[in-house]
Amino acid sequence: MNKIKFPPTLNELLIEFADLPDWDERYELLIDLGKQLPPIPDEFETDENLVRGCMSNVWLVAEFTDAPARRINVKADSDSLIIKGLIVVLMAIFNGRTPEEIVTTDETKVFGQLGLDRHLSPQRRNGLFAMVKRIKQLAMERIAGALGPKTPDPAS
Amino acid sequence: MSHSISSISAAVRQDFPILHQSIHGKHPLVYLDNAASTQRPTAVLEAMDNCYRRDYSNVHRGIHELSERSTAQYEAARQTLADFVGARDAAEIIFTSGTTAALNLVAHAWSAAVLQPGDEILLTMLEHHSNIVPWQQAAARHGARVVFAPIGHHGSFDLVEWQKCFTPRTRLVSFAAVSNVLGYRLPIEPMVSYAKERGVTVVLDAAQAVPHEPIHFENLGVDFAAFSGHKLLGPTGIGVLYGRRQWLERIPPFLGGGSMISGVTTSGFTPGELPAKFEAGTPPIVEAIGLAAAVRYLSDIGLDQIAEHEKSLARRARERLTQIRGIAFLHREREVASGIVSFHVPGVSAQDIAVLLDCKGIAVRAGHHCTMPLHDFLGVPASVRASFYLYNTAEEVDYFGDRLQETIERLSA
Repeated sequence: MNKIKFPPTLNELLIEFADLPDWDERYELLIDLGKQLPPIPDEFETDENLVRGCMSNVWLVAEFTDAPARRINVKADSDSLIIKGLIVVLMAIFNGRTPEEIVTTDETKVFGQLGLDRHLSPQRRNGLFAMVKRIKQLAMERIAGALGPKTPDPAS
Repeated sequence: MSHSISSISAAVRQDFPILHQSIHGKHPLVYLDNAASTQRPTAVLEAMDNCYRRDYSNVHRGIHELSERSTAQYEAARQTLADFVGARDAAEIIFTSGTTAALNLVAHAWSAAVLQPGDEILLTMLEHHSNIVPWQQAAARHGARVVFAPIGHHGSFDLVEWQKCFTPRTRLVSFAAVSNVLGYRLPIEPMVSYAKERGVTVVLDAAQAVPHEPIHFENLGVDFAAFSGHKLLGPTGIGVLYGRRQWLERIPPFLGGGSMISGVTTSGFTPGELPAKFEAGTPPIVEAIGLAAAVRYLSDIGLDQIAEHEKSLARRARERLTQIRGIAFLHREREVASGIVSFHVPGVSAQDIAVLLDCKGIAVRAGHHCTMPLHDFLGVPASVRASFYLYNTAEEVDYFGDRLQETIERLSA
């Protein structure tokens, strides 16, 4: 398999995954991507950032840059290389997006195009669904915060 | 591997239609998740299908022909189960929805009759969550305490450590006959004697024992025991609570409803006779009939022979896996006592291993296997478990070993 540049864009991922009809090969690519994902610093591995899965754990930190740009920056880590590969995919989908773009993103469709849709369901307890939910939640809070009067973050 | 052992799986595989399929369109299914749930032979499927097609009705109620037939088959199933596990009489067999429901029943009803504030319930560190949480709930209701006997850090069971956990307040001990992760059999006989000498009630979680070894609850001397149908080739949604008659008569009913009463007035109810007292509502009728068919199927082959077959496969797996760099067994002793082999590879995710093995058609389990306290105690976040049963073959073990080696190399590189 050709080495894909890191981090890949969504378009590059779509091209790479299009040639892989087999789960085995898709996992190979995900593992390859996962191995390149830099670990997040230990101080981020807190309970607050933990997205619990049944079989593996994920730590997710998402921050928006300040207004007016308000672009999200997702950092995440897992003990599973396959989940780390899926994190790279999530980063390609969401990183650099505004809250408005995030809430209107149809990630189910994108995962379908990549051939990874069976990972994105609440029944697969691998943490991916929970990660997407958390990213969307943060985006919605950001939108609500920008519209209404300045109020403290309800999550804090 | 001896010739007679190989021949069991060869003879029985044709009885299990589900085993003959390809996974992801190209790999033959290698089903090694039997400690979680087993598959069903045609004999079980047909017994259930026949009942639904010809004989089905609600039991114990109607006087019509179908109700007579269903009732006769349902009660015959109870007798089959009583004979299978060595109950003195069929009324000591309570059909429940599974081991979890059976343990909840005894935890709830026994505690209501016996447990006092300050009393202690002694478990072990290796218990399944279904033999932990019901006791924690009961202890919380009655102001009692749950005590966990430690095990050795190499995963072995320590009878002396367990005995040291007894205090004058210990009222009940509950433990797994066979660990669903470590795979060994606990020293049931000395444990029962020790508890009985102190007047302590004994509950046996026999979910991983009844499918794999001949067992006789009456002779073992346990007060209660629980097991599931789906782990022994039977249907889902059925299990058994075995209880000694004196106990079942003494403790109150758990669920209230139809069938479990002898009389109801606006001011109260009178519980029914055993076993109806503990079987409120329409019971799992066809599941009981399927379970009896499973038990007959296992008995015809012989549990002794099945146990030997599983152990020989587990031994073969351990020998093969020992050659793979990085593998650490959760139970480090060499002696194999069941068809369960659990391991982890430090630095490699158990989930990744299971996902990649699935790509090759191999079904194993990854995670904590409902034993979080055990995994915490051993300092292992998650493990991989392969568990063998009568239909698994030596060739499957070898295929599993080879694919596992490739998988670990792929994930470690």
